Amino acid sequence: MKISREDVLRVAELAYLELSEAELETYRAQLDSILEYAGKLNELDTTNVEPMAQVLSTDQAADATLREDIVVRSSVAKDVLAHAPDPEPPYFRVPKVIER
Amino acid sequence: MSDSARWTINSVREAIGAKKISARELTAEFYKKIEARNPELNAFLALCPERAYAQADRVDALVAAGMPLPPLAGVPVAIKDVLSTRGVTTTCGSKILQNYVPAYDATAVERLEAAGAVLLGKTNCDEFAMGSSNENSAYGPVRNPAATDRVPGGSSGGSAAAVAAGLAVAALGTDTGGSIRQPGALCGIPAMMGSYGRVSRYGLIAFASSLDRIGPFATNVGDVATVLQVIAGRDLRDSTSTTTAVPNYRVEIEKSVKGLRLGIPKDYFGAGMDDGVRQKIEAGIEIYRKLGCELVEVRMPHTDYAIATYYIIATAEASSNLARYDGVRYGLRVDGNSLIGMYRRTRGAGFGPEVKRRIMLGTYVLSAGYYDAYYLKGQKVRALIAQDFREAFSKVDAIVTPTSPVPAFKLGERTADPLQMYLADIYTVTGSLAGVPGISVPCGKVGGKLPVGLQLFGPAFGEARVLQLAHALEQAGGASL
Repeated sequence: MKISREDVLRVAELAYLELSEAELETYRAQLDSILEYAGKLNELDTTNVEPMAQVLSTDQAADATLREDIVVRSSVAKDVLAHAPDPEPPYFRVPKVIER
Repeated sequence: MSDSARWTINSVREAIGAKKISARELTAEFYKKIEARNPELNAFLALCPERAYAQADRVDALVAAGMPLPPLAGVPVAIKDVLSTRGVTTTCGSKILQNYVPAYDATAVERLEAAGAVLLGKTNCDEFAMGSSNENSAYGPVRNPAATDRVPGGSSGGSAAAVAAGLAVAALGTDTGGSIRQPGALCGIPAMMGSYGRVSRYGLIAFASSLDRIGPFATNVGDVATVLQVIAGRDLRDSTSTTTAVPNYRVEIEKSVKGLRLGIPKDYFGAGMDDGVRQKIEAGIEIYRKLGCELVEVRMPHTDYAIATYYIIATAEASSNLARYDGVRYGLRVDGNSLIGMYRRTRGAGFGPEVKRRIMLGTYVLSAGYYDAYYLKGQKVRALIAQDFREAFSKVDAIVTPTSPVPAFKLGERTADPLQMYLADIYTVTGSLAGVPGISVPCGKVGGKLPVGLQLFGPAFGEARVLQLAHALEQAGGASL
């Protein structure tokens, strides 16, 4: 067993996920078996391999990255706020962030 | 087969242009079929008749005025529910977005409508496109029209089922690790993922941004080509959409395939493949030989590492992309006693089991102490898999594999073990990681009932070649092998 209950709790904390006791154990076992399977990547020597962080080749990416900086009018603010859980136009209301 | 199941893009345009049927009447005919069939299939999550009829009326006005008809005039289409549609609920198959109504359209949706398509509604899918059976939808599974006790594949199961059942002439899906091609195979229709950068992802609700692609389902390869033609090309709102020219696919697919070199990677034909699938794929390859293609054995030695690589990279990107669901700006909110408490409860209640599992896995592989061992290692092996493809394409024009190791499986049969479900993507994830285009084209039916898909990969931006080969198999009777 590689993944402990503490590991799962730490990850859930980082991911802001509230998990039940049952979920904690289920995910512990499942993450354990998936990560064990992922361990097979260590069979490969990748010492001199550059990580692939970008799919498009450089020449394709170069033409795609930058566009003219053109101002385009957008008026979706009202629509967006209308579907928020707790709108206070022009703001989104959230629980108190700073405690005294 | 009912009448409307036989509609194609061409037959719709001809019938509407010749005033044999109006776009409004055709739209009504499709809604009637949906009403009859959808309660069983669960392919559609939402319908938008107001928008559809308004568009149909615009098409009918063009006909009345004797104006030229755009390429998809009056063609009824369905859209996977991860693509944003202005004013139409877009849930991503998730409870966390149950009441989310986008304020804008995805570029692909906008382009379909600009080409005259009639948007019937939104299709069911695995939650946030995470799954291979459509059983991870918060709104219940989709049933396969070919065998309703079986899954349609996933994650774009609703789009595949809708087209296969004749409830739409074409549909859009999204493919991150096989989510267009695999349901296309399992439902028995052609389904295509263009190269990374071919179709704008603007308005696609992100799962894994370096892998996500939008692409078409249709009843024939020519229609797949037409839809891809409409949605492909540079969009200023997606910096990864390229200016690479879009050829005329409909013309390209008619070219002879004689003399083309087809790579058969033996790394894909090992253990784990269903015998019935193997037999059909071998028969499909035999058709290509008879059509004058040269069959070349190629090696793709890193194939066996693709699933592990994919599930590291895709979940890492997902954990980051899905951080936006925090109960503040849209979707579900569950109150907590603090801001963080609200985040935790909202996400705990709003996400389903597979999404939580992938967020956890992705968070783990990106976390301090594990980043190098998993995420960085995954990116390096991804480079090796992409290299396998580049080397193969220096020798061959396209690569042929099965789309899925098995035909459609029974509902509930594979839900217990997530790793087993992940292995369903074994032949599709490689091309996703490499960024190359891929198509699944019907290649017979196991036991005369369960469809098999043959997958073709081409080099980056080689969509025309892939479509051309798929079209050749279709014309040679591939579907009825």
